Amino acid sequence: MIKAILIFSNQGKPWLSKFYQPYSEDTQQQIIGETFHLVSKRDENVCNFLEGGLLIGRSDNKLIYRHYATLYFVFYVDSSESELGIFDLIQVFVETLDKCFENVCELDLIFHVDKVHNILVEMVMGGMVLETNMNEIVTQIDTQNKLEKSEADSQLSTCLHPQGGQSLKCEQCRKEYI
Amino acid sequence: MPAPIRLRELIRTIRTARTQAEEREMIQKECAAIRSSFREEDNTYRCRNVAKLLYMHMLGYPAHFGQLECLKLIASQKFTDKRIGYLGAMLLLDERQDVHLLMTNCIKNDLNHSTQFVQGLALCTLGCMGSSEMCRDLAGEVEKLLKTSNSYLRKKAALCAVHVIRKVPELMEMFLPATKNLLNEKNHGVLHTSVVLLTEMCERSPDMLAHFRKNEKLVPQLVRILKNLIMSGYSPEHDVSGISDPFLQVRILRLLRILGRNDDDSSEAMNDILAQVATNTETSKNVGNAILYETVLTIMDIKSESGLRVLAINILGRFLLNNDKNIRYVALTSLLKTVQTDHNAVQRHRSTIVDCLKDLDVSIKRRAMELSFALVNGNNIRGMMKELLYFLDSCEPEFKADCASGIFLAAEKYAPSKRWHIDTIMRVLTTAGSYVRDDAVPNLIQLITNSVEMHAYTVQRLYKAILGDYSQQPLVQVAAWCIGEYGDLLVSGQCEEEEPIQVTEDEVLDILESVLISNMSTSVTRGYALTAIMKLSTRFTCTVNRIKKVVSIYGSSIDVELQQRAVEYNALFKKYDHMRSALLERMPVMEKVTTNGPTEIVQTNGETEPAPLETKPPPSGPQPTSQANDLLDLLGGNDITPVIPTAPTSKPASAGGELLDLLGDINLTGAPATAPTPAPVPQISQPSFLLDGLSSQPLFNDIASGIPSITAYSKNGLKIEFTFERSNTNPSVTVITIQASNSTELDMTDFVFQAAVPKTFQLQLLSPSSSIVPAFNTGTITQVIKVLNPQKQQLRMRIKLTYNHKGSAMQDLAEVNNFPPQSWQ
Repeated sequence: MIKAILIFSNQGKPWLSKFYQPYSEDTQQQIIGETFHLVSKRDENVCNFLEGGLLIGRSDNKLIYRHYATLYFVFYVDSSESELGIFDLIQVFVETLDKCFENVCELDLIFHVDKVHNILVEMVMGGMVLETNMNEIVTQIDTQNKLEKSEADSQLSTCLHPQGGQSLKCEQCRKEYI
Repeated sequence: MPAPIRLRELIRTIRTARTQAEEREMIQKECAAIRSSFREEDNTYRCRNVAKLLYMHMLGYPAHFGQLECLKLIASQKFTDKRIGYLGAMLLLDERQDVHLLMTNCIKNDLNHSTQFVQGLALCTLGCMGSSEMCRDLAGEVEKLLKTSNSYLRKKAALCAVHVIRKVPELMEMFLPATKNLLNEKNHGVLHTSVVLLTEMCERSPDMLAHFRKNEKLVPQLVRILKNLIMSGYSPEHDVSGISDPFLQVRILRLLRILGRNDDDSSEAMNDILAQVATNTETSKNVGNAILYETVLTIMDIKSESGLRVLAINILGRFLLNNDKNIRYVALTSLLKTVQTDHNAVQRHRSTIVDCLKDLDVSIKRRAMELSFALVNGNNIRGMMKELLYFLDSCEPEFKADCASGIFLAAEKYAPSKRWHIDTIMRVLTTAGSYVRDDAVPNLIQLITNSVEMHAYTVQRLYKAILGDYSQQPLVQVAAWCIGEYGDLLVSGQCEEEEPIQVTEDEVLDILESVLISNMSTSVTRGYALTAIMKLSTRFTCTVNRIKKVVSIYGSSIDVELQQRAVEYNALFKKYDHMRSALLERMPVMEKVTTNGPTEIVQTNGETEPAPLETKPPPSGPQPTSQANDLLDLLGGNDITPVIPTAPTSKPASAGGELLDLLGDINLTGAPATAPTPAPVPQISQPSFLLDGLSSQPLFNDIASGIPSITAYSKNGLKIEFTFERSNTNPSVTVITIQASNSTELDMTDFVFQAAVPKTFQLQLLSPSSSIVPAFNTGTITQVIKVLNPQKQQLRMRIKLTYNHKGSAMQDLAEVNNFPPQSWQ
């Protein structure tokens, strides 16, 4: 089970934090701080697995991280997950972000936190891996985004039906419309 | 009120803050604005405000006032609102807040919503933070969704079911019917999550596990899916670096592991596919290695055939040589798990593992160190120890304590010779002296006492070690103790093993005094040093006055412990001078608690454990002071000649008067050496075993040999010979050395020899050299028996032998009557 997913900058500022187990806010902040402390000390050519810090469980939990340019992606997992598998999962996550944001950079993640959360929600649910197929995820995200956008355009209807459609019946909410 | 700013604006503003205080100010201002906006119940901008609130929460600021707003968003009809609302619920709410129960109804409605995305959101939230009450209420809905044909929803429902099961294990049965055709799906997402669900069910309940194995025929299904994955060729959707859906493969392998554990049928069914995966997977990229790793773990866990196991260990061996750190780390971790069961196979990779000790990466070094300790055995001890000592030199401080303890343990178990053992200990003390654990010091002292013939060598080396540097406390403690005990050997300049150094008594006292004065010495160390100085007063001849002076100075020390000691020692000089030499005699050999050491285990009959010296002057202890005079007569002075390491005899000690007569002449006839132990043998009952504390080697140099040896027992291929020795100084004692040999073609194991003698005799059995009699007379077991025969009666003995031979336990009783007359007359 994945216990937490964190993304932070080289200076330790968190750009995304998702915890899959209930921790108080103070503990959460402490975990972020401690993780940064552990991970920033690491050299470039050492292995990407660390034993967990003092806060997030003891011997059972591992910290798997990847460093991309100015960002650290950190996954805290317990022993039921394969380390190498999670290592690949981080790669898939970043590639998905890349596809959704078109050449993602740090600023994209900073300013669109909610969108990153939405993508993450499609990949990992309740601490378990939900979907790993990049294209599938991107398709679903796109559909949901379109839904949101059309809602925002028209404030009136509860479900905005596709513009300029031939049929009189909307697939989404099955209402007839004019 | 102006429209609340967008999230992006907020982020931009916060980023311009240059100090933490500025940031806090901005955030507080915005929080106030958000709060008043919430109070106004403004629907249009609510989701924007909540989004901002979530951002601030991530930065660490309190955001609990937004919880209710999240609920309102969830209840709204708009998808945008619901999305943010559910996200907020996942981030801000958990089962500890009472508010979360209000969500239950909303989620229930949304689970039946017409839009699949809304249903998906509801499932997601339930699966992330649903409490047990919520799960109980909504489990039925989840189960319904598990059977839907919409793959998007089905996979989410599967993971939600996992969460429900984790929270409320009793509901597991409810999901059982829905799992029947989960594995028939084509969609990989659904397959993946279904395997997760099945894994969770099997792990939680052994009944489920059994059910899945037998009724559902899960294993063949999984094997089929796996086979399709490997054989199917290129499929662009699920491809990761050329391998189709590695995540699914890894999951299936994990489930197979659980199914195959401890179950022969299942294990057999999966043997083929495991072999196939192991050989066909491409290892150039990390993905391939991830799959191989999982395969190896599965093979080791189930009841696989030996060929497969060897394949698995070889794969791990290849991993060890890989350039990628991650792979090496993972390989070391798995080898650590398997070293208990497949020890020999792992031994083959020992050299690679030892190379990993030199790696730069901390995690790899730690794993390699643990694994190296697990691999040490009698054959490779020398080579391994060299590497480990080198590692100890160069490793990070956090490892040194563990490494030092590990080295001590390994050395104790497998040391090929005493000298090597002492050398290793010395090396550890000098390189990592300050990291050695506190409990190691008494153990080391005990060890040194036991290696009787090495005393001169040991004390010389220790002296040289602290000459340069006396800051490492454990080293100084051990050295001080040894110098105190064996200072006479040091000064006399006689050392068999090494070039002896010329040390004067004053130099020795100099170093001890500087330890006492030094700021780096702890109170415990000072205690050791003071006691050592005191002991030297009986061993040194010319510097007694100096010692008296030192001791009296510390009589007014601030440290209470030191002061007490000094005052008592002072008293010893002044009022009880006649007792001093008796009290400060050599320590007897200490009883070993763990007997894993080399074969010469010395046994003491004495029950007094001279505890290492934190306490008062050496407890040659329960020695009644009235006997001190007798002792002194016996000893006639203080000169103690150095040890010649063949036949240490002990100085006579206390107990009854008749003992003293017995042993009186041993000392004064210049018999080779005296050595440690005036065993404070209070055993008046077994007088002549004062000679305890001796090794099982022949006890007396001047033994009249020439007594014929006899064959005491010869049956079933087992032959036992007795050889005799008598002391010409003590005519009542006969020392019999038995040798057991085995002429059959199989070894005899767990060999135990026991003997009994008639009442007028007394018997003592020392420990045997080993418990295995090798076949074809290739070796023997030797054991020493000492018989006391004060009445000079004819020696008779009954012996009992127990051993395992050819798979069965054997036992035999016999009587030995053919002792030659010279052995007892």
